[in-house]
Amino acid sequence: MPVLSMQRVGRRYGSPPRQVVALDDVSLTVQSGEMLAVMGPSGSGKSTLLQLAGGLARPTSGHVVLAGSELGTLKEADLSLILRRQVGFVFQDVNLLAALTAAENVSLPLELDGMRPRSAMAAARALLCSLGLGEVADRLPAQLSGGQQQRVAVARAVVGGRSLLLADEPTGALDSLSGEAVMQLLRARSDRGCAVVVVTHDVRHAAWADRVLYLRDGRLIDEARPLAGPESLLWEEV
Amino acid sequence: MSIRYSLLAILDAGPRHGYALKSEFEAATGNIWPLNVGQVYSTLSRLERDGLVLVAEDDDGQKTYRISDAGRQELRQWFGTPVVREVVPRQELAIKLVFAMRARPEQTRDVVQHQLVATMRSLQEFTRLKATAEGDGDLAWLMMLDGLIFQAEAEARWLELCEARLTRARLRPGPDPKDPKTSEAADAVRDAEHDVERAL
Repeated sequence: MPVLSMQRVGRRYGSPPRQVVALDDVSLTVQSGEMLAVMGPSGSGKSTLLQLAGGLARPTSGHVVLAGSELGTLKEADLSLILRRQVGFVFQDVNLLAALTAAENVSLPLELDGMRPRSAMAAARALLCSLGLGEVADRLPAQLSGGQQQRVAVARAVVGGRSLLLADEPTGALDSLSGEAVMQLLRARSDRGCAVVVVTHDVRHAAWADRVLYLRDGRLIDEARPLAGPESLLWEEV
Repeated sequence: MSIRYSLLAILDAGPRHGYALKSEFEAATGNIWPLNVGQVYSTLSRLERDGLVLVAEDDDGQKTYRISDAGRQELRQWFGTPVVREVVPRQELAIKLVFAMRARPEQTRDVVQHQLVATMRSLQEFTRLKATAEGDGDLAWLMMLDGLIFQAEAEARWLELCEARLTRARLRPGPDPKDPKTSEAADAVRDAEHDVERAL
């Protein structure tokens, strides 16, 4: 079963003749363990797509189905619950809480979801260790590099076994190597079963995805996925 | 030609049969550039003619190749000399875009987009290989993949810039001030200009 399914989804603002179409008739599915990158020029609808996928905005047409539930039919409380349990967000601006340590930041979503603080902290530490961030668990965000902060933000987004991770330009503010480390982390979460959708401008980072979707003027116009097998790399004989 | 020097470099490690040279070259370059066995033997006979390799034949008629002192000298010189980049390499893609703009300007964006997808596909494949190579710790192969990734990235970024330029050119012809869409059109031009700047 797909984790996320968007069927003929559109998002318009205003009414004719001054209507702006941010997203037009977009259909896509993301399976568990699949990583998708979304690329396109400014204003092509990338961020709108991510907001609709994560229930932060409602579509003006079409359906968004997340973990088997159609978001448009849910009551507000049920919608909040499913988003909290199933969807993690990572943004370009890291926005970790400055007064909390890395581990406290990661444990927060679990506590908000009703877990006892001690168990939540243990789970947060275990996750940070598994992501190679055990050493920074007790540091405040200001004591971390930009790349470490973003990796902690990814940990916070996936803690509790959420099934969908949505990332909007997660490497936009990072240098090349830190950006690469964040992409490797997203790839690793995807390989462990999380469905991941990343909006990015960086072609080298998009290449970590299983599929790269191209948006133009609010529509999906193309898709790149690697051909099977190394024989596709054989261009010509020397 | 690089194959000539690659064979010398392999022979520098010790004598080999012709077929072993082919296999070793391919393994060292991740099977990305398959070598035609006929080409290996014709290169070897040129190397022999030039005194850069020595050949010994056993009783079964099988030939073993060994690098000569002159061959070692030649190899040292190769490593010590930078590769000359053609001033303007004749690139099929650049030529295709030039003539697409002449023959079918309205379809050039599609030409660019199709190429972008193909280039992204290569980039995805290289990135997968790199993820595996990082685990294997084969530094030479990793550096070669880095090179291929950067080349593909450069092409993709160039194509994105082409697309942004084509979009800007398409949107530019003066918006009508009475048109209610004017402010949107102005936004779109600004977006396209932003994309050009970013791609640069």
